[in-house]
Amino acid sequence: MIEIGLGHYLTLGAIIFSLGTLGIFLNRKNVIVILMSVELILLAVNINLVSFSIYLQDISGQIFTMLILTVAAAEAAIGLAIIVAYYRNKGSIRVEEIDEMKG
Amino acid sequence: MIAHALFFYFFSIIAIVSAIFVIASRNTVHAVFFLILDFISIACLFIMIGAEFLGMMMLIVYVGAVAVLFLFVVMLMNVTEQKLSWFRGSKKSNHIPTGLIVGSVILLELIIVVGGWKYRDTFSETKFLSFDKDFTNTHLIGNVMYTEYIHLFQISGIILLLAMIGAIVLTFRKREGIKTQSYFKQVSRERDDSVELIDVEFDKGVKLDD
Repeated sequence: MIEIGLGHYLTLGAIIFSLGTLGIFLNRKNVIVILMSVELILLAVNINLVSFSIYLQDISGQIFTMLILTVAAAEAAIGLAIIVAYYRNKGSIRVEEIDEMKG
Repeated sequence: MIAHALFFYFFSIIAIVSAIFVIASRNTVHAVFFLILDFISIACLFIMIGAEFLGMMMLIVYVGAVAVLFLFVVMLMNVTEQKLSWFRGSKKSNHIPTGLIVGSVILLELIIVVGGWKYRDTFSETKFLSFDKDFTNTHLIGNVMYTEYIHLFQISGIILLLAMIGAIVLTFRKREGIKTQSYFKQVSRERDDSVELIDVEFDKGVKLDD
């Protein structure tokens, strides 16, 4: 309990990952919250990579974390642009009203 | 060691609670604020376990850029007043039990994975490449990133360029009925197009623009 090891960090990553997944499924409000949940998931992946990198004393994990950071920023920009375009066309970004594709 | 444990529990509890508030809060602006809190506490954890450069990078990229982008979009789109609660929608939805099952199964699997990792046999000897104590974290990352991972670095630059172009293309719109300058027309205007010499007869005057 007092001794903080790799397992603690991995558990933290797992909890945050599951919360992000739950956020995607349980969301009934707007699409922006889904994007934020995706950010949470990527954050959990970053936690895993960094803790492995520290505990195995290998710097490569931190490089991959930086690449994930880049992709997450790009994804946020593109996703928000899509949401803005959708809002302009439809006037609403409620999740339950986005059903043109009958998914 | 006790200080490490104390700080770990402090930051991780803040991170988990704010993650719960991100997915559960009614107001989207509050959700963005809790997302910022989550990023900050995870960045503190990174700094604490010795990945200082990444912690600072998280602060700059996530809190400085991504979260502000979210905040801008949320506030510009006037969706904060859609105060529907968490489970309630106007239509009946059957996604919620499925989502709960999937989320809890994922958490269970991850817990099992951690347990299996803890009580594993030794599959293979992990090579411990020890960090050189003379170099800082930033120096180490730079050493590896610009030599071994230079192609990934350049590809990530291309990804950022694509994201920029994509965002501009998606949100750009031509407006009708607005007078704008046409630089091409202005520059390519010649003397013959615009000036005309007219022989004016005496006592007749000139009729323009006919």
